[in-house]
Order: sequence, then structure tokens, then C-alpha cells
Amino acid sequence: MTKIDEIAKGVLAGNKRSIARAITIVENEDPESQRLIAEIFAHSGKAHIIGLTGAGGAGKSTLIEKIVREYRRLGKTVGVVAVDPTSPFSGGALLGDRIRMQELCNDKDVFIRSMATRDYVGGIAKATKDAARILDAAGKDVVIVETAGAGQSEVEIIKVAQTIVVVHAPGLGDDIQAIKAGIMEIADIFVVNKADREGADKAVIDIQSNLQLNGKERPWKTPVMKTVALTGQGISELIDKIEKHRDFLQGNPEFKNASARTKTEEDLIDAVKEIITHSLIEKMKKDGDFYQLVHEIMEKKTDPTSAAKRLLKKTMKNET
Amino acid sequence: MQKGKKIRVLIAKPGLDSHDRGAKIVARALRDAGMEVIYTGLRQTPEQIAETALQEDVDVIGLSILSGAHKTLFPRIMKLLKDQKMTDVMVFAGGIIPEEDVAELKKLGIKEIFGPGTTTETIIQYVLDSLSKKR
Repeated sequence: MTKIDEIAKGVLAGNKRSIARAITIVENEDPESQRLIAEIFAHSGKAHIIGLTGAGGAGKSTLIEKIVREYRRLGKTVGVVAVDPTSPFSGGALLGDRIRMQELCNDKDVFIRSMATRDYVGGIAKATKDAARILDAAGKDVVIVETAGAGQSEVEIIKVAQTIVVVHAPGLGDDIQAIKAGIMEIADIFVVNKADREGADKAVIDIQSNLQLNGKERPWKTPVMKTVALTGQGISELIDKIEKHRDFLQGNPEFKNASARTKTEEDLIDAVKEIITHSLIEKMKKDGDFYQLVHEIMEKKTDPTSAAKRLLKKTMKNET
Repeated sequence: MQKGKKIRVLIAKPGLDSHDRGAKIVARALRDAGMEVIYTGLRQTPEQIAETALQEDVDVIGLSILSGAHKTLFPRIMKLLKDQKMTDVMVFAGGIIPEEDVAELKKLGIKEIFGPGTTTETIIQYVLDSLSKKR
């Protein structure tokens, strides 16, 4: 049995060391990572994947700690992927989400992994989806993905999670300004955390009226909840809503399938792109024409798109 | 090193002292050197540290201690790592550790002890060198 087979087997058995190794393999874009995912893929799809997003400082990590505790009280096993940003300058990252979750460390049915964005934009890492998939295949009932602090257009989380919780807190930015575009539209549930602070009720009303302005009659009405993560206030109500959303997805297969189909289409397109970039570009670079064309573009004799078309035509011809 | 691979480091503070300035400075310096640094905050038990290292699949653990309890806590951490078959993880320590304890701690498998006055460059270089020897 090869190393990858062994790790895949370990993941499916719920072995922590194997899960940790598997996530490292997909994170590092190890050449073997595709084979690993291929081996576990059929076993994924059972977990409910919850995405938590929102501005930095809204209290996402603290909220997750409480959500995990509540799910554990209900007897469910939980995986967490917590994403923090990579510095574009040094390539390094300080991953501090665990500080608020360390109490969960002694629970054998909870697995927490910190992840840096590594050049990927949109609030998650390229490997976040596969990491969630690994935890899913390892048998976790619930997988929670915490995005890096996100403001407006960081909506990549919709490609990963089935239920999106957008977390806001009073006093963060100019009220609703902080959450106006993109992120407003992806919320399945809104949470105003730190609800014991002044301005919480106003934040709730702002969000509600904003949601109403969205106009379109939707089958799922996005609720706005209040929580105080530090004390645990509002957490069990939040879990109730998350479970209601899950039931809603299951009770409305046309809704669920449509969104699953879109996600799967994107998965397939991403995979095709990945293969093209890896194999085709390697091949193109081996061809002398590639550097000739670079030269021509620099001399302004041609433009990048025309050059790309010529290159592709030739490489594809050689391919067949 | 293979493409995309980053050095992952856990900076942990075992025991009860609450002075984390040193740990945070080292964490930042390693981040600025391009590493992914997991910081878990104060008052960690040996069990929490070993479990975190396992879940995060780190290459390096840096232990910071100023309470004087290193002779009690470090052996427990090293034993737990061994039990988890994580002997390939490089462990170093820093803080206030008397000279006469160093040999004993190194015997446990702790690779290096950095006392007060160590520059962050020294630590960065040490981590890079010891990992490149392994690979």
C-alpha cells in the first residue's frame, strides 16, 4: 500500500494524524493530492458545511467556539477550518483563531485546522474546500469554515459551504456600509454579535430593512439573529436556525440541487483550468515559439491574446 | 523543498506564567520570515500543545516558558509527542531557563534553548538550517 492509500484509509477511519497529513498534502499542492481526493471523494457529502464570514473583529472565532460546544452537546462531531490571511509581502502568516478555541482541544470528536490564504483571494484558501471535504469524509457531522475577515466581495465561501452565516457587530465601520455589497447577498443567516453593546438593535433593523430592499421573493427568508458569543447568549437559537436552513435545503430538492449543480459545475471548470495550467503551459514553454512570442510582445509586434491564440493552436495540433 | 510547501510552526506557552511578549515577538519574526505561525495563547497544558501540533501538522514547535516549570512540563510534552509518533517535529524552547538545566532538556529531544538576548535572526536561521538538514 502506498503512502497516499494509507493516508486516505486513515482519513476514512477518522484518524487524526492522517486527517492532518491529508490537509497538508492538499495545501501544499502535492502532486499526489489529486489521487488522495479521488480516493476519499465518494465518502464525502454527508456533513453539513457551515460557512462563517464577516468583518475582522466581529467575533467569528469566539462564536465558533460556542457553536462547536452546542453541537457537541447535541452529540454531533465537528470539524473546523479557520482561515487567516497570508502576508502578500513575506508570504508568512500568523494564525491566531485557535486562541479562542483551545478549550476544545481536549475533545477527541473535534478537529480544528488553521489555514493561511496563500495567494488566494476571496477570504479562503485554495485548499479550503478540499480540507472541508477531508473532514467530511473523515465522518464529521458538521464542518465549520471560518473565513479570513471579509468585507464586501469576499464571497468565495459560497463555493464551499451550504449554509452561510454572516457575522456583524455594532460599532464596526459605518453600520451597514461594512456589509453592503456581495456579502449581504450570500447570507442565509445574519448574526449581530456583541448584541449587549449599544447600537445592536439599530444594526438589526438596518440589516432587516436592507434585506427587504433586496426585493425578490425568495423561498428562504434570511433571519437576523442576536448573539453575545462571550456569554453564549443566543447560541442555541442560532443552531436552531442553522438546522432549519439545513432542513429547508433538504425539503426543497430543486433549490438544493440547483445550487449543488452550480457548485459542481464550478468544481469541474476549476479542475479543467488546473489541468490546463499545469500540463499545457508546461508543454508550451518547452516549445521554442513561446519565448519567441514573448519577445514579439515586448517589441509590440503582437499582443498577448493574439500570441496566446497562435500558441494554443499549435500546441493543440501537436496534441491530437 | 516542494512547490507550495510552507514551514508551519506552533508557538506555545505551557504552564501558568502570563508573560507572552517574547513568544509574540518570535511568532511575528517567523511570520515575517515567510512561515505560517500558529499561536495558541497563554496557559496551555502539555496535552493541548501536543494535540494542536498534531491537528496543525506542524514542522516546528517553539515553547516559551518563564515560570520555572520547564523540568515538569517539557518532559510531558516530549512524551506526548513521542506517543503520537511525532518525533520528526523539531522542538526548540526559549524564556528563562537556567544554564544547568539545558543539558537535561536537550536529552529529552529539545534541539535548542534560546535565552534572553537572543536575536530573532538567530532563531529564524536556526529553524531554517535545522529543517533544511532534515529534508
